[in-house]
Amino acid sequence: MARYLVRRFLWACVLFIAVTFVTYVIFFVVPANPARLAAGQSATPERVHEVEKFLGLDQPFYVQYLKFLKRLVLEGSMGQSFVTRQSVNEEILRAAPITASLVFGAMILVLSISIPLGIFSALRPRSLLDRAAMIYVLIGISLPSFWIGLVLSYLVGFRLGWTPIAGYCEVFSVPEAAACGGLWDWAYHMILPCLTLAMVVAGTYVRFVRAEVMDTLNMDFVRTARAKGAPERTVIRTHVLRNAMLPVVTMVGMDIGLLLGGAIFIEAVFGLNGLGGTALESIGRFDLPVLQGVVIFGAVAIIIFSLVVDLLYAWIDPRIRLT
Amino acid sequence: MSEPLLDVRDLRTEFVTDDGIVRAVDGVSFTVEPGQVLGIVGESGSGKSVTCLTVMGLNDRKLSRSTGEVLFRGQDLLHASGHRLREVRGNEIAMIFQDPMTSLNPVHKIGRQLAEAVLLHQDVSRKQAYERAREMLKAVGIPRAERRIDDYPHQFSGGMRQRVMIAMALINNPDLIIADEPTTALDVTTQAQILALLKRLQEDFGSAVILITHDLGVVAETADDVMVMYAAHIVERGPVRAIFNEPRHPYTWGLMGSLPRLDVNVERLYQIPGQPPSLLNPPAGCRFHPRCAYAMPVCREKEPRLTLVPGDPDHAQACHLDEETKRREAAALLAQITAGAAT
Repeated sequence: MARYLVRRFLWACVLFIAVTFVTYVIFFVVPANPARLAAGQSATPERVHEVEKFLGLDQPFYVQYLKFLKRLVLEGSMGQSFVTRQSVNEEILRAAPITASLVFGAMILVLSISIPLGIFSALRPRSLLDRAAMIYVLIGISLPSFWIGLVLSYLVGFRLGWTPIAGYCEVFSVPEAAACGGLWDWAYHMILPCLTLAMVVAGTYVRFVRAEVMDTLNMDFVRTARAKGAPERTVIRTHVLRNAMLPVVTMVGMDIGLLLGGAIFIEAVFGLNGLGGTALESIGRFDLPVLQGVVIFGAVAIIIFSLVVDLLYAWIDPRIRLT
Repeated sequence: MSEPLLDVRDLRTEFVTDDGIVRAVDGVSFTVEPGQVLGIVGESGSGKSVTCLTVMGLNDRKLSRSTGEVLFRGQDLLHASGHRLREVRGNEIAMIFQDPMTSLNPVHKIGRQLAEAVLLHQDVSRKQAYERAREMLKAVGIPRAERRIDDYPHQFSGGMRQRVMIAMALINNPDLIIADEPTTALDVTTQAQILALLKRLQEDFGSAVILITHDLGVVAETADDVMVMYAAHIVERGPVRAIFNEPRHPYTWGLMGSLPRLDVNVERLYQIPGQPPSLLNPPAGCRFHPRCAYAMPVCREKEPRLTLVPGDPDHAQACHLDEETKRREAAALLAQITAGAAT
């Protein structure tokens, strides 16, 4: 187990270097000058050159990359924004909770919708509920997330007035100028974005859970359980579900990692200034340090969640041994 | 003779498929006495497994229909409530399946899976159930049973897993065990051990056994009576000695001729020509006639009925051939087999 974790960690480091390095390379292939942008439109060439030097952009990109790595490892700092001179760490720490609220909230909704629905559909294939669920799946998969978001925000937020149309509220350390804050306001503002993301993602999950449960129902050991005289409820609960949920665990872990990096459409629709918006903004401004911060956060999230998935998997499925 | 343990009367099971209705079991009747070992022999798709799954009520009810009677101790299981069926399953009738690699739940310890069978049917504590599980693991010859009870199925070999399945089947001391090709998925040396174990435990526990197999050799070693099935019908049945010494049906001859033998030097292994018929649209008359070397015009038109062999009240067969020819051909086949053994 210890060996496994060490190896996993080393792999994570390799992956981390690869991802950040590729970001650097891509950034320097793009023919644009962040210094010119930072210096302002009316800046003289001398001024631009000064800014270039100040930002370290006059050096070859591999030197810049090594400096970036050194600062990250020794000081734990991801640098400062080219544009605002704000600490990237702070920028990420501000944006990450917003995206995380959205993604985790949505995931909880996804699972609480799709697991029961998938199981019932699998147990009663071709029933009315199954067909209704499959129509829902089709809608969820086909419709673009921003469209669902806009429709929901118009109907639920504007016409019915049940939820806010947009915006985010801090749970902890609410700024004095903020109009809202605290757990209640946070949940009140997050419910619609989470629901939107959940509706988009849940379709795939319903299908997936349904297929897994149906597959498991045909397994020999389920027949064995019935031959033992177990009532159907026990058969489903103790023999089918645990086996059917194994692949679902993998999918949840992967998707959380992925969504943390890119729930951008929904963030945009609901005016949430999360990681997606931050990334988009930094690309527009050629603000490499901030972009790199988002990339690092996404990469670390994916690495951590795939590790969590593997550990969880080994815990649920005794056949898997981590070596 | 007292009431039979299991009395199956005119059992018919149909499956609804996309291509039409498949009659997988068509008018099968047989009895099993307490403590008796009945072998059911036939090719794949002959209806032997479906017969037993129907007895257990384990066919998918949405896709299948069964008629007839399955009297277990005089009570009809075919029309019994789900509750009553569950009482019988695993308690009075237990089943051992073909593939031990997939028949155990991979995510639960085997102790739990064994104890589950006890707890479903007996009013005992968990501790007593696990104690019983330990006893059974020892009885089926699993070394270090005390420790292995906490292992998962993947930590056992195929043969050991089949021992676990046997332990699970016997744990509530059932009156009838249905073993559906229990050795087919195992390697040859393990097959012999598992059969010997099954036979020994059957004698110790006094359970009756229905042994489904396509291997006549297995039947010869273990069964008291044999039932040969072909295309959803019984074509011959009788005591094991009668079937092996005086087989009366050309299909049975074919099965016996197909047995591979080390001591006989043949250029090619004998095989019954052709394939078993589709049950969607079985041939008219005798279902075996397209593959039968003895087929006569009557075989194409009239379905032979299961009738008693003259002079033997336990031996029945379903073939239009006259008794004289059958006796002669059976004797010739046996002579050939024994002559082969002599050289």
